[in-house]
Amino acid sequence: MSMDDLYHEIILDHYKSPRHRASELEGAQVSVHHSNPLCGDELDLRLRVADGAIEDLAFDGDGCSISMASASAMGQAVVGRELGDAEDLAEAFRLMMHGEGHKREDDLADGIAFEGVAKFPVRVKCALLGWMALLDAIESYRGGDGRGSRDD
Amino acid sequence: MDATMIRKDFPTLERHVHGRPLVYLDSAATSQKPRAVLEAMQRYYEDANANVHRGVHALAEEATELYEGARARIARFVGADPRGIVFTKNATEAFNILAYSYARHRLGPGDVLLATEMEHHANLVPWQLAQAEAGFDLRYVPVTPGGELDLEAFEAEVATGRVALFAVTAMSNVVGTINPVADLAAAVKAANRDALVVVDGAQSVPHLPTDLVALGADMLCFSGHKMLGPTGVGVLAGDPEILEAMPPFLGGGEMIANVTLEGATFNEVPYKFEAGTPPVAEVVGLGAAVDYLERLGMAEVRAHEVALLEAVLPALEGIDGVSVHGPTDPARRGAAVSFAIEGLHPHDIGTIMDREGVAVRAGHHCAKPLVRKLGSVATTRASFYLYNTLEEIPALVDAVETTKRFFDR
Ligand SMILES: Cc1ncc(COP(=O)(O)O)c(C=O)c1O
Repeated sequence: MSMDDLYHEIILDHYKSPRHRASELEGAQVSVHHSNPLCGDELDLRLRVADGAIEDLAFDGDGCSISMASASAMGQAVVGRELGDAEDLAEAFRLMMHGEGHKREDDLADGIAFEGVAKFPVRVKCALLGWMALLDAIESYRGGDGRGSRDD
Repeated sequence: MDATMIRKDFPTLERHVHGRPLVYLDSAATSQKPRAVLEAMQRYYEDANANVHRGVHALAEEATELYEGARARIARFVGADPRGIVFTKNATEAFNILAYSYARHRLGPGDVLLATEMEHHANLVPWQLAQAEAGFDLRYVPVTPGGELDLEAFEAEVATGRVALFAVTAMSNVVGTINPVADLAAAVKAANRDALVVVDGAQSVPHLPTDLVALGADMLCFSGHKMLGPTGVGVLAGDPEILEAMPPFLGGGEMIANVTLEGATFNEVPYKFEAGTPPVAEVVGLGAAVDYLERLGMAEVRAHEVALLEAVLPALEGIDGVSVHGPTDPARRGAAVSFAIEGLHPHDIGTIMDREGVAVRAGHHCAKPLVRKLGSVATTRASFYLYNTLEEIPALVDAVETTKRFFDR
């Protein structure tokens, strides 16, 4: 188990040049705020949904490289997907983080680089922060309230 | 004081982690334990284990003597009356007793409970809970960007004469600041003679000579596990007359004088606040920890930590991109040293440093309002104690450099 298992090159790349990172998203219907009470990481996620699919998303926050890079890779993996499909992908990512198998590896795209995080239990929550916010955002969208806030 | 010799008393300090000798810099979270403490607890279980008080047999008497003997030595250690030493589960429980049995009953609309932005959640949340019921005003002394209390703002609050309870930490667990508690307490009392001064000693009692009277504290809360003692025991130390006037916190055995089916009368202090079988072995362990600290001398412990600070503060500040939070003068601070590495998150820093064998803590350290005030959501904290040596400082510096290089790739 080396540091490179945790800090895969792809992760460092997303950390240094995040995709889908912005404090605003034009036309967003939902905005959720999630935090990790253990370490204080904070993340905002905004979604724009069209025809039942994620047309675009933007995240912003203050957190470690794992949490921010994971949200970045997540953005790439889910934009364009139907909501139910994105939820299924979130479940695939969660299973991988808990060392419970590999599903939809191709669809997770760069998300697969987070596989090694599963060996560092205290960091698993970091990798999941963005995905948990996504699930919450989808639920809020469906519920029609458009806002959510949660401690993961 | 020879820290190299002292280390031999601490079994965990012989450990290696990730193939490197452990450099333990997390004593502000919990200290390591010397053999003397572990052996005192083992001996108690092997020799004298019995429930305390009211037993007529030999073991019960011995256990009670050990328990009450530890109370007397712990009382002397902080300059308190043994009747004013209440054993709790930890410092947090001590604050909860005061919030429940004092603030909720004695404060009401129009009163101010003054705390500070520097406080640990243990010295914040219990007051917030009490406020919801009692309706007093909860106000806070602001913290300056340098990590010290804003004394002008403090004076303005006190001048209203409405401060009925002042809660302050003697030493910050995040930025190390040593607050001028005696002066603050005197100012509070000058404006309102009946105000209660509650001091958080969780960080100060393990590291500084402590005297309740010199501090001007009516109540002092601290935890055994941060001062070489075991987990599971903390102390509420205070004026026995004030404790006597407070209603009980938990009800049950041990805390009563008489019980009928209609009601109960309560035991005298401190027993009134020690419902149920107390943590006897833990109290015996804490007594041994206090003996250990007294043998070394708290002034010596403090001098050793000042020497460490004199070396570590410039060593960290000397690293490109590293800045230390809180007071820069070792005379005004304790050995909890929070620092930032430009562009890096504490969580990442802590993980890489751990691989180098250096145990530091990353996060908000249960003081979210303070860490926010420092302009952050988290810090990396290296905290030192009597068993840390000057030789460990280069290991800390190397680990910081390694961390920077790792993320510069
Ligand atoms: C300043 C301060 N106050 C209170 C506490 C609470 O101590 P405990 O968790 O042992 O109750 C701590 C420990 O984390 C602390 O550092």
